[in-house]
Amino acid sequence: MSQTPRVHSGPMQDPHSVPIDQLDVSDPRLFENDAWRPFFARLRREDPVHYLADSPFGPFWSVTRFDDIVHVDTHHQVYSSEPFIVIGELVDELKIDSFIFMDPPKHDVQRQAVQPVVAPTNLANLEPVIRERAARILDALPVGETFNWVDKVSIELTTQMLATLFDFPFDERRKLTYWSDLAVGTPEMAGATGFSQEERLAGLNDCAATFARLWQERLGRQGGFDLLSLLQSSEKTRDIIERPLEFLGNMMLLIVGGNDTTRNSLTGGVLALNQNPAEYDKLRANPGLIPSMVSEIIRWQTPLAHMRRRAKEDTELGGKQIRAGDKVVMWYVSGNRDDSVIDRADDFIIDRPKARHHLSFGFGIHRCMGNRLAEMQLRIVWEEIMKRFRFVEVVAEPVRIRSNFVKGYESLQVRLHPI
Amino acid sequence: MPKVTFIEKSGTSHTVNATSGSSLMQAALDNSVPGIDADCSGSCACGTCHVMVDAGWAQAVGNPGDMEEAMLSMRPDRSAHSRLACQIVVDEALDGLVVRLPEHQM
Repeated sequence: MSQTPRVHSGPMQDPHSVPIDQLDVSDPRLFENDAWRPFFARLRREDPVHYLADSPFGPFWSVTRFDDIVHVDTHHQVYSSEPFIVIGELVDELKIDSFIFMDPPKHDVQRQAVQPVVAPTNLANLEPVIRERAARILDALPVGETFNWVDKVSIELTTQMLATLFDFPFDERRKLTYWSDLAVGTPEMAGATGFSQEERLAGLNDCAATFARLWQERLGRQGGFDLLSLLQSSEKTRDIIERPLEFLGNMMLLIVGGNDTTRNSLTGGVLALNQNPAEYDKLRANPGLIPSMVSEIIRWQTPLAHMRRRAKEDTELGGKQIRAGDKVVMWYVSGNRDDSVIDRADDFIIDRPKARHHLSFGFGIHRCMGNRLAEMQLRIVWEEIMKRFRFVEVVAEPVRIRSNFVKGYESLQVRLHPI
Repeated sequence: MPKVTFIEKSGTSHTVNATSGSSLMQAALDNSVPGIDADCSGSCACGTCHVMVDAGWAQAVGNPGDMEEAMLSMRPDRSAHSRLACQIVVDEALDGLVVRLPEHQM
């Protein structure tokens, strides 16, 4: 039933010599091999609003400078989030519906209903739970022997957090991770490997059935702060179960949004500190820098490399003429290294001023709703790490994910050194 | 120099000198007033410089622009006189301006 998708194969391009009109930043191997920097540096310098006429994802524009990206992100009347926000396509029959790929007015109604789950008062309620879980996970780690931080810490912690947000059966929580990885892990979407369309369909059906069951179980319970309870208590969404594709879409959005992004930032922070030992020394000398460091980690990692839009009308950007219907890709990973806006942008500086001035959460009406929750999780985990370990030592090169969307890690082998 | 006052949810008040011609957000940042996060550094793109203008000043300050309105509409604590501080230019006509800060920015 599904066609074989075109994939990037054969030799990788040389970023310095490839003719600029053929330069292709959508190759997921650029991120797997950590080879993306010179490609985007060249585009920022020579062709910041860049058109590629053909790729496995069709023709698309790349927006590579910080200010141009903010312009696209904040002009949602021109740059639509419909039908999808990843460079590739959602090709399966299960056309799930989520406000991340909607425009106003429908977007606004749904986001406003869901947003209270991450309102600051709810976050304050969650903080002790997160801290207790972080402590328990960190205390159970093997000291002095090598292990995979991704699995034992990053995945475990974010999965537990998601289970809390959904009040999901705790011993089935790894299903949340699995469904999230399925949602963004196909070749058609982002050049990722690992899941076929068939497996994706089966998994999403299971996800839909599970949440429908949980919805029924929650009915009649009062005063819960988990997502399902909040949806049930809001007038505009209490009947969302009657729109199953929208219900599934919003569940998926929150699972995905809260999953690999936070996971890959938890891993990325360890790597960044190891690659920049003077910054690690700064942190040890002053754990008060943790909040600022968290923002810098999120910038440095840029857990989602891009977000895609579609031009609704002919428009001009950076001197180029964009046509109605064109795909326009905001490369957050590039904008976050734009040193015309961010001083010494390629450096990891944990006490950088204006640390939150980065693109990783996006900007405009779609700006990541979970941003303060993500920051809080990272802050708490680092507070607890610094109470226990002098050094989380990386002992091997990381294995990175093959995807042009999810920018993260399969494994990071570490060894712990206690205080 | 126009003076502006920020009142935290707790009631703590901060009266500061603003630079005429620059934004209310900048006045908060320059004077270390807590509670204005300004993630996007004033681009009307993040909503984290949300303030509630005192009713008596609402007319002088004016209404939000379209992009500002789009960002404000996402805030669950949005009120009748909500504005983004980065979009309010402070000048002598706003000398004495009073705004309230939300409990949190998000």
